[in-house]
Amino acid sequence: MTISSRTIPDRLRSPLEQRLKSWEALLLLVAICIFAANSFASPYFLNAWNLSDATFNFTEKAMIAFAMALLIISGEIDLSVASIIALSSTAMGAAVQMGMGTPILVLIGLGVGLLCGSFNGLLVTRMGLPSIVVTIGTMSLFRGISFIVLGDQAYRGYPSDFSWFGQGYVWWVISFEFVLFMVIAAIYFVLLHKTNFGRAVYAIGNNPTGALFSGIRVQRIKFILFILTGLMSGIAAICLTARLGSTRPSIATGWELEVVTMVVLGGISILGGSGTIVGVIIAAFVMGLVTFGLGLLNVPGIVMSIVIGALLIGVIALPRLWSVWRAR
Amino acid sequence: MVKRFIKSRETFLICAIILLITIISLRFPGFIRPQNLANVFNDTSPLILLAIGQMIVILTKCIDLSVAANLALTGMVVAMVNVAAPELPIVFTLMMAVSLGALLGMFNGILVWKLAIPSIVVTLGTMTIFRGTIFVISDGKWVNSHEMSSAFKAFPRMEILGLPVLGWIAIITVMVFTLVMSRTTLGRAFYAAGGNPHAATYAGINVGKTQFWAFTISGALAGLSGYLWVSRFAVSYVDIAGGFELDVVAACVIGGVSIMGGIGTVIGALLGALFLGIIKNALPVIDISPFWQMAISGCAIIIAVALNAQANRKKGRIILKRAELKT
Amino acid sequence: MMQKQADAILPLKEISKSPAVLELKAVTKVFPGVKALSEVSLKLIPGEVTALVGENGAGKSTVVKILTGIYQPDDGIILVDGQPTIFPVPQAASQSGVTAIHQETVLFDELSVAENIFLGHAPRGRFGLIDLKIMNKKSCDILHSIGARIDPEQKLKDLGIANKHLVAIARALSTDARVVIMDEPTASLSHKEIEELYELVESLKSQGKAILFISHKFDEIFRIADNYTVFRDGQIIGDGAISDVTDADLVKMMVGRDVSQIFPKRKTSLGKVILQVKSYTHPTEFEDISFTLRKGEILGFYGLVGAGRSEFMQALFGITLNTFGTIKIEDKPVQIKSPADAVENGIVYVPEDRGRQGAILDLPIFQNITLPSLGKISGNGFLKLAKEFKLARDYTERLELRAASFDTHVGNLSGGNQQKVVIAKWLATQPKIIILDEPTKGVDIGSKAAVHEFMAELAEQGLAIIMVSSEIPEVLGMSDRVIVMREGRMVTELNENNLQPETLVRHAAGI
Repeated sequence: MTISSRTIPDRLRSPLEQRLKSWEALLLLVAICIFAANSFASPYFLNAWNLSDATFNFTEKAMIAFAMALLIISGEIDLSVASIIALSSTAMGAAVQMGMGTPILVLIGLGVGLLCGSFNGLLVTRMGLPSIVVTIGTMSLFRGISFIVLGDQAYRGYPSDFSWFGQGYVWWVISFEFVLFMVIAAIYFVLLHKTNFGRAVYAIGNNPTGALFSGIRVQRIKFILFILTGLMSGIAAICLTARLGSTRPSIATGWELEVVTMVVLGGISILGGSGTIVGVIIAAFVMGLVTFGLGLLNVPGIVMSIVIGALLIGVIALPRLWSVWRAR
Repeated sequence: MVKRFIKSRETFLICAIILLITIISLRFPGFIRPQNLANVFNDTSPLILLAIGQMIVILTKCIDLSVAANLALTGMVVAMVNVAAPELPIVFTLMMAVSLGALLGMFNGILVWKLAIPSIVVTLGTMTIFRGTIFVISDGKWVNSHEMSSAFKAFPRMEILGLPVLGWIAIITVMVFTLVMSRTTLGRAFYAAGGNPHAATYAGINVGKTQFWAFTISGALAGLSGYLWVSRFAVSYVDIAGGFELDVVAACVIGGVSIMGGIGTVIGALLGALFLGIIKNALPVIDISPFWQMAISGCAIIIAVALNAQANRKKGRIILKRAELKT
Repeated sequence: MMQKQADAILPLKEISKSPAVLELKAVTKVFPGVKALSEVSLKLIPGEVTALVGENGAGKSTVVKILTGIYQPDDGIILVDGQPTIFPVPQAASQSGVTAIHQETVLFDELSVAENIFLGHAPRGRFGLIDLKIMNKKSCDILHSIGARIDPEQKLKDLGIANKHLVAIARALSTDARVVIMDEPTASLSHKEIEELYELVESLKSQGKAILFISHKFDEIFRIADNYTVFRDGQIIGDGAISDVTDADLVKMMVGRDVSQIFPKRKTSLGKVILQVKSYTHPTEFEDISFTLRKGEILGFYGLVGAGRSEFMQALFGITLNTFGTIKIEDKPVQIKSPADAVENGIVYVPEDRGRQGAILDLPIFQNITLPSLGKISGNGFLKLAKEFKLARDYTERLELRAASFDTHVGNLSGGNQQKVVIAKWLATQPKIIILDEPTKGVDIGSKAAVHEFMAELAEQGLAIIMVSSEIPEVLGMSDRVIVMREGRMVTELNENNLQPETLVRHAAGI
């Protein structure tokens, strides 16, 4: 046919080389190296129960990280997630004091997360404020309310069936939290990569003006993303509270930065517009493995943070250094 | 000119601060005693120093989340040097603090400039690295008051005209940077690079290099505060000034610094820091639990950023002649 | 058109022999997918005005960027006073005495007028500090010399467009420049201000400065230029003394063929009224815009840059809010509060700023095309890739898009093909009214004709088209009716009977 010579193909087959050079592949390699190094370094590492314990290092943070990934792809950020956990947990603690049962506690945990998320979303999308500052403000506000309520006290006495959310096992070494993490990962994978909504999120992050000019309801979508992030923080609050069995206002301090680190490590551009959920999943495992492996070697937590910080800068800097060096 | 002065953020903040002080002194008259006000100012000085540095960084469309960690690391290093060599003169300690802080800031700056990594990622990373490094060099131990030399501890507390040296350093820094920002090429470059990076390039300003200098200044001021902090509280450990970077950003935002870059003044940053400092110092004396402080500063940030956005809202192009006449 | 008097020609030719202060020799610049400049040579001579003529996207702005050190040439050399030089950074160019007044006033809203003028070369006083007093004084003098009455201590953001432009000119004059590049300096000036600018150009000439003057307006080219250089598709088509050519010659060189041949003939068969706009007003951008639009009609909007045309269109498309007035589509009043509302009501907008507003350059072609039609290519919110590619294929084939594949990023396409993607994107939504804002800006000549033909075809199929254009041939060749805007207001509406280039220009400039 004469026409076929002019017809544009749908896709050019992406070369294997390109796929191997992808961020996810690089990250997977890092994960495998860490896994191997850990198994050499400590005899306790390759143990099903130990590995299962290790997942608790990242499952709760990763749940938030998925929603945060979408938010960052869209060009916004939420630094109040850890404070939402604190407020949500405080609300659940207060409900326990009033004798509420587990179903109500879960509803309260989710509800507070939802409310906090919509508060952030309203300030950013309705009033047009920059999210990085707004959420630094709500970060103080939400945790501040916890401090006002609790001061230096703590809530305890959660019902025993509530603790299952943080300590229960579904089958053998597979914890409820790990299953929840996998389910949420799958949901976010589909949402970002297979739906209209996800497509719009990428468009907004790449070029918010262009997306608006294409008839995308940019503010509505961003609002939903803030609500989702709040909701995920609520879910994480339920799991964490159930796991710890108590609530202090300082609960989950500094998690916002670990969550953002996880997202950026997963290859999500902090400038918005690119990255995948698969990357975030691998990044979650990398951070969990590093923390756990160093823990087995009796390396204190604060030193692990050097490794995480260096990893964050290193994985972004090295490819750029490489291209600067090659350009010479 | 008069109209602009009335509308400016600085005037608004001064009024807010006066109102705040009035309300507080109604409940606790002792608050407005000069000695107490000097105390409050002195107490807020580290925040003022860091807020000025942060303001410059934010002007260039960046953010420096590593300032508090830089402060803690520099503080620990000078404290340990002091323990090892107590006879070193205080001038040397000051110079070491400033240059070590500047070096740490340069590290941030070089990554932002040469590798074009977003500043939030860079400083998030260096924040954790700096904190971790403190643990490594100190082995997790504290440097306590009795280990430090008395000269080391005495310097920031020395009183001149009723105000300790710490407060004087803040005043001098405010004055120096007011001059730098308004009267030097570099100072104006900070505004240009953040306000319109594209045009700045046309005007021959290297935006990346300007950001590098902003981080260097921010780092130097953090380093200086590091020594002052450690000597004033006579203790150094891993977690000092934990989370303080957010207070610093808050002070800037309250002071009218736009997170989008290009807008902000030294006086604004000073007033923003004072506003937070007064609240922090006033809560205990008027019988409000200090646990309220966090929520109050959170509200202040949100209100301030809403006001900033209101003031800087784009009004659209001015095309109609009658619209231009009105402005 | 104004021609030089014969007696003025002789001394002019003598001056032309004087050595060039700045010269480009065989300069080539390549961008991914486009050869922006190909072996361009250009001489700028002291005391002479050289007019750079060419359509949008012909390569003029690339030349300016190379002369000012924003871009570096891939091949060829820059000579300053006959010596080969490179401008690795903009500062190098300004140190060699090259200064430019840019098309979009690239200045700093938050700085004062004086600081804008002297940024980078402020007068220093004691301790190397900027001397505010002298800076303000000097600014005052320069502003005064160009007849601008602006307070140098005012913040730039408080000025209107025309005054901002004067500040940009003052900035260019504040350096001790030997070469002044003026990129459409009169675009947003009033008639009186333009006259003052001409005087300014004359006085710069007498000071021995070389001037590169970029303009779309032939009357001013013939009024002030000594030499011309015509660009087309990144190449120099012709150059010489302005006195040797007529405007018809220049147009022919610019477009490469006679004007009348470019535009497709079409049968005009207007349908029923589809859009009625009444007293549409914005607080600062435009006021009292009223018109009707019929099916199958092409309504042109002409005016100078900054006349408020794009601003009005963006309000109609729901980008700009805070407007008053009524819009009726097919006799039904509609409320448009967002672009999504506009698209639902069948109004779509192809913006002028393709890179920022029109397309999402870092997304592939097919995703750009389906972005406003996601509902059509999905089931229950889940994307159906086969449907998506089919939709993309259906609409791009009609426009004869050229691309390696549908997952090529739009940013890698040429300007013309990018425009085809944006148009295809909107056609896929099956709109009733399409607004085209400078539809052929930055589009190469071949694609330009394709876009024009396609517009005619769409109109014949009954689509109502609004076309904003600053190119007179395009406005004349394509429109059934033309509305002329000036300073945010409709000044006149012209139809076939009185649609003349002179009338258009007169109304637009307010002469």
